[in-house]
Amino acid sequence: MTTQPVTLPRRLTRRRSEEETGRPVWEEEPSFLGRLSKPVVLGLVILLVTFPLYVVVVTSLSSTEAVTRAGGLVVVPRELTVAAYVQLLSGGVVTRALLISVVITAIGTFFSLAITVLAAYGLSRPGSLLHRPLLFVVLLTFLFGPGIIPSYLVVNSLGLINSYGSLILPTAVSAFNLIVMRSFFMGIPGELIDSARIDGAGEFAVLSRIVMPLSKAVVAVVGLFYAVGYWNAFFNAMLYLNDNNKWPLQMVLRTYIVQEQVLPTGAGGVTSTGIGLAPAPSLAIKMAIVVIAIVPVLVIYPFIQKHFTKGVIIGAVKG
Amino acid sequence: MTTVGSSLRPKASRARGSAKAGGASWRHRLRRDWPLLAMVAPVIVLLGVFHYFPTLGNVIAFQDYSPYAGIRGSDFIGFANFERMFSEPAFWSALLNTLAITAFQLVFYFPVPIFLALLLNSVLSVRLRTLVQGVVYLPHFFSWVLVVSLFQQMIGGAGLLAQTLRSNGYQAVDLMTKPDSFILLVTAQSIWKDAGWGMIVFLAALSTINPALYEAAAADGANRWRRLWHITLPGLRPVIVLLLILRLGDALTVGFEQFILQRSAVGGGAAEVLDTYVYYQGLLVGDFGYGAAAGLFKGVVGLVLVLLANRFAHLVGEQGVYSRS
Repeated sequence: MTTQPVTLPRRLTRRRSEEETGRPVWEEEPSFLGRLSKPVVLGLVILLVTFPLYVVVVTSLSSTEAVTRAGGLVVVPRELTVAAYVQLLSGGVVTRALLISVVITAIGTFFSLAITVLAAYGLSRPGSLLHRPLLFVVLLTFLFGPGIIPSYLVVNSLGLINSYGSLILPTAVSAFNLIVMRSFFMGIPGELIDSARIDGAGEFAVLSRIVMPLSKAVVAVVGLFYAVGYWNAFFNAMLYLNDNNKWPLQMVLRTYIVQEQVLPTGAGGVTSTGIGLAPAPSLAIKMAIVVIAIVPVLVIYPFIQKHFTKGVIIGAVKG
Repeated sequence: MTTVGSSLRPKASRARGSAKAGGASWRHRLRRDWPLLAMVAPVIVLLGVFHYFPTLGNVIAFQDYSPYAGIRGSDFIGFANFERMFSEPAFWSALLNTLAITAFQLVFYFPVPIFLALLLNSVLSVRLRTLVQGVVYLPHFFSWVLVVSLFQQMIGGAGLLAQTLRSNGYQAVDLMTKPDSFILLVTAQSIWKDAGWGMIVFLAALSTINPALYEAAAADGANRWRRLWHITLPGLRPVIVLLLILRLGDALTVGFEQFILQRSAVGGGAAEVLDTYVYYQGLLVGDFGYGAAAGLFKGVVGLVLVLLANRFAHLVGEQGVYSRS
């Protein structure tokens, strides 16, 4: 083992140390096949996720001529322009839907987060009055759903059909998020809370001054989950909103991209030159709608991503 | 995903506040704890109105429900809705589709996150791992509408694949509207959207395995495959069993949005699952009582499946979704 011929290059003879590779000294060097297959598989996985996004973005930024020349989606970017976005965002269906989605997401997230934080704290103090039956009421919702039809009838009888309230209230509480947050709160040392209480702090003061500042990570993750939920909500909108003028962005996406219906004239996609003469919206415009639906997720994602594992594992493994 | 277990176990030993664990009177505790109760109230009210109240509303499954008469005014007809349902071929077809898709995804979707986690766990560079994780988690945060749109643009009739085939002189295919391969399509979509995210739990489980075990095994002469078999997989076993149980308990739910979005493209024969059946029969046809019956069937069978699966988990010695307390 120690008598390697000196003529061989060093990298073939000397075992690279643990500091250099991060590999424990007892572990064998990967075989050639292992060395090759790992980057290939992982590279393929990354490509599968990013390539469709790339194509959509490039097409949305391409000029009409470039799209025509490519015969559809554009893979090699040339003649980039933001014309599609300018058209979409200068009023019309997409602008309105975007605004609705943004406002619903903002209000809904704030509301959900607020009641979730309150309830998670209220259920996190061991031994408090009724906390076990109330916790049970929350946990029981995991086991069964009420069903589509009865839910619809309740929303209907509350007069929420065609109102924005139907997009927020029925799904305002996520038991999962509540439990994740409660688990986190229960991990905060009780001595800290007791000492605040000795100093005369009430429950609300304890929550806002002690617990919240310690829980920024979990609040961020749960907030993201709620925000993404509201942003992506399509089911509630489809079920409860009959009025096209109140559609959020996901409904627009479904109608004009998945179902390939033609954008209404004067809706930011097409200039009307007469009934029946409106051309189908160009592919660039369609792809721009897709991109507009992706961008908010992409923007907040990096900020919250580092907290995922922590937040999710608390809920998933420890319970 | 969530283990209900530990939360339900008694925490009475850690009584809060003063040392009056059992002694504090109800009245005293109310005076002390009312702010906590007030904090929980909004959530309880919302769950009551939008979860428990509609659950009771399932009585219309036993009624000849008329929206004008309401629940109180409609006639009870016993199990007539259910009898009709069980004699309806469309219902059986939806049920079979649902079960087929669940079984298919169990075989072809379920192992993918485990495989990805094992692969990623063996990558030594922390930066590379973070990069891969960041990318593969991302589609989980996309809506189903978006995922279907992206698939349509890639492999649909006017998509990139068809476009490339056509420009090279081949026959274009539209994989989005083929009923025969629909089950493959929805599984591929599920994998694209959620396999990366599903990996997170396995990665966490892998990180809890004691590295000394590997070193000891290596010292005993176990090669990498034997270490995988004797250390890694047993380490993952509890998580695998738990997720398998959850999936089996959820066998009748395959994802409403994914199917409703694509039902018209491939037709009801392939894409009708129980949830879409409930939606079409109940809301679009307007047959509320019948739709509620189908929904109730799904809910009750689902509940029984979860309970059975959990019982089974206890039998094989795992903790399961919630523990016996």
